[in-house]
Amino acid sequence: MPPTNRAMRLLAWAFWVAAAMAAPAQAQEAPAVPGSGSTADHSKFPALKGPFSSGLEVTQACLSCHTEAGDQVMHTLHWTWDYTHAETGQKLGKSSVINSFCGNVGSNEARCTSCHAGYGWTDVRQPPPSDPARVDCLACHDRSGQYTKLDNMAGHPPLEPVPAGAKTITGADAKPVDLARAAQSVGAPGRDNCGNCHFYGGGGDNVKHGDLSSALIRPDLATDVHMSPEGGNFTCQTCHVTEDHRVAGSRYAVEAKDIVDAHLLGQPRDAATCESCHGNRPHAATPTGMKLNDHTDRVACQTCHIPSFARGGVATKTLWDWSTAGKFKDGKPFAEEEFTQSDGQHLHTYLSTKGNFEWAENVVPFYGWFNGTVEYTTAETVFDPSLPVEINRLEGSAADPDARIWPFKQMVGRQAFDTERNVLLHSQVYGPQTDTAFWTNFDWSKALQAAAHYMGTDYSGKFDFVDTQMYWPITHMVAPAEDALKCGACHRPEGRMAGITGVYIPGTGLPPGGIIGLALLAMAVAGVAGHGLLRLLGRKGKGAHHG
Amino acid sequence: MAERKVLVYTRFNRLWHWSQAASILVLLFTGLRIMGLHGVLTFGLAVTIHSVVAVALMLLWAFTAFWLLTTGTWRQFAPRRAGLWQVARFYAWGVFRGEEHPYRKVLRRRHNPLQALAYLALKVLLFPAVFLSGIAYLGYGLWDDLDPSGWAIWAVANIHILTAFAIGSFVVAHVYLLTVGHGFREHVKPMLTGFETVDLTPEQEAYLAAEEPRRLKP
Repeated sequence: MPPTNRAMRLLAWAFWVAAAMAAPAQAQEAPAVPGSGSTADHSKFPALKGPFSSGLEVTQACLSCHTEAGDQVMHTLHWTWDYTHAETGQKLGKSSVINSFCGNVGSNEARCTSCHAGYGWTDVRQPPPSDPARVDCLACHDRSGQYTKLDNMAGHPPLEPVPAGAKTITGADAKPVDLARAAQSVGAPGRDNCGNCHFYGGGGDNVKHGDLSSALIRPDLATDVHMSPEGGNFTCQTCHVTEDHRVAGSRYAVEAKDIVDAHLLGQPRDAATCESCHGNRPHAATPTGMKLNDHTDRVACQTCHIPSFARGGVATKTLWDWSTAGKFKDGKPFAEEEFTQSDGQHLHTYLSTKGNFEWAENVVPFYGWFNGTVEYTTAETVFDPSLPVEINRLEGSAADPDARIWPFKQMVGRQAFDTERNVLLHSQVYGPQTDTAFWTNFDWSKALQAAAHYMGTDYSGKFDFVDTQMYWPITHMVAPAEDALKCGACHRPEGRMAGITGVYIPGTGLPPGGIIGLALLAMAVAGVAGHGLLRLLGRKGKGAHHG
Repeated sequence: MAERKVLVYTRFNRLWHWSQAASILVLLFTGLRIMGLHGVLTFGLAVTIHSVVAVALMLLWAFTAFWLLTTGTWRQFAPRRAGLWQVARFYAWGVFRGEEHPYRKVLRRRHNPLQALAYLALKVLLFPAVFLSGIAYLGYGLWDDLDPSGWAIWAVANIHILTAFAIGSFVVAHVYLLTVGHGFREHVKPMLTGFETVDLTPEQEAYLAAEEPRRLKP
């Protein structure tokens, strides 16, 4: 046998042995599970192949399988923007309330309803169009990352051809959306889906809430221990549990004190509270932990665990003074950018369209008693204009067992009101085609008159501006445990609880018992010193041996 | 009557005294911190130390109460009027004139009447007040639902603080009085060694010599 032949055989033998040894291993290796968490790959559905010429066509395709989804969404607050408070009876919701940011939706629709979870709601005096195909599925379920909504088209996305200068709801330059790609990408909402509206409320990144900003799309651990990919990597609905498209959590009726049965921990609940997962006594049974657990009935988790908001490098608007809007420089509207964010970005501090602003990062919250109920100053609420008007009054006090001390963003405003009737006024700011809207015509009397007429409210025709305050519960941006407030942050004179009344907080100042006690101690020391002095004098006088 | 050095402070007695003294100093120090009167520790650490030492002291006190009752030592602190006036007069007057302390220590009564009265007040008034208010304070989480107005915890805190200052005042007077008479060192020594000079009756001396010779120093 030639040597080469033998070598070939040897090689072949080695191959077979190796193959035989490898074979069982191959047989045991299961094929990869398809679908990555879902039983459906939406890119395989013929209905989603496209092409689509509008958002509505995509929704119709979605509804061809998810037959009840549109109807479900139309029963939610994301659709109705209408909320009647069970306790106060007030009619709230975005379509009704006046806030201290852009003011009101009515008469500004196509702009404000750009964040509506639907397409084409152009008159909020009426409910949104009663048509399941007008529900915007993609706003929440697009996972391609390129779906967006124009900032002035009542919820419609930018499509070819995009008008020059068009912007999206996040303030970015609008690019045409590939609807088929978006439709095939659908999945459970990510942080960006919710954030596209909720991070940009009030006209920009983190303007409104203070604890909801683009910093939460990929936050580091120090910014949000739950949402950080280094931490829990939560999406919004990890806590804001949804059922039939109804999302848990409300800013009008907050679950301010959630008493959880410890035996049911871990069971699915639809309350978006810390206690849902952590319970009411979450600290370890150490001396310190037990003391901290004693706080949970009167102090909200957020109070210690969110030491400051607007963290992660995005500032929040803390003051908006509408009264200075309308000034011109050289006959033209102008802008000032006096605030520099930590990333170097300059933020507007004056706009002729909007007035003066103040901004802040890493803001120490305002603290107040809160039982979860807020009462709004609506267009009908008469107030005393010599005092700051509370746009949303927080209910609760130390004497209210359902109230706890909560952290808030306190928004300071100056807003138009009717000097005859002492009520807040609606304003029409958006309306490029009108000769009344403030942003187009810079004339308050026209803008206020037009809004009053549109909303059907009485207006005396006389207006001025009143100081306002608005409160935003702080509940996101939970810091890692080691960054939580230490006891001394509150238990000190002029500490964080300085404005809190009705509860005894040790360390914030000497109570009467301490003052009397100190006096007693001082008398003892003085008495002893006097006694000692007399003994010394007596000894000198008598030359005595004792004493 | 013969003056002899006799073991009057047993080992438990001394351990009780000094651990109580140390605990009270730690409690006063951390208590002042909690009130915000100094900033040497963090508030949280001060609260932890205060709570742990308080619980330890209460345990010690429980043991001590048991010991006082079962051994009959409690009689040392029973109040009596005899000699009270003389002692009070001494501290208010005689001590300035170099007079001798009117009280002679005997085996059954190692404290002078004023001293016994002061210690009794400490034991039956101040300590129970500070312990009970402290327990109520520490366990507020268990009864806070009965106190929706927060008035009760305010009252408890004030009682606790006021009593603590009264105990602090006692400590000041107690330490000062060690300087009266034979001097500070002479007065502290018995609480370290246990031996104190007392007047013994011949019967007591004979009994101790026969039955408990270790309690008598030659």
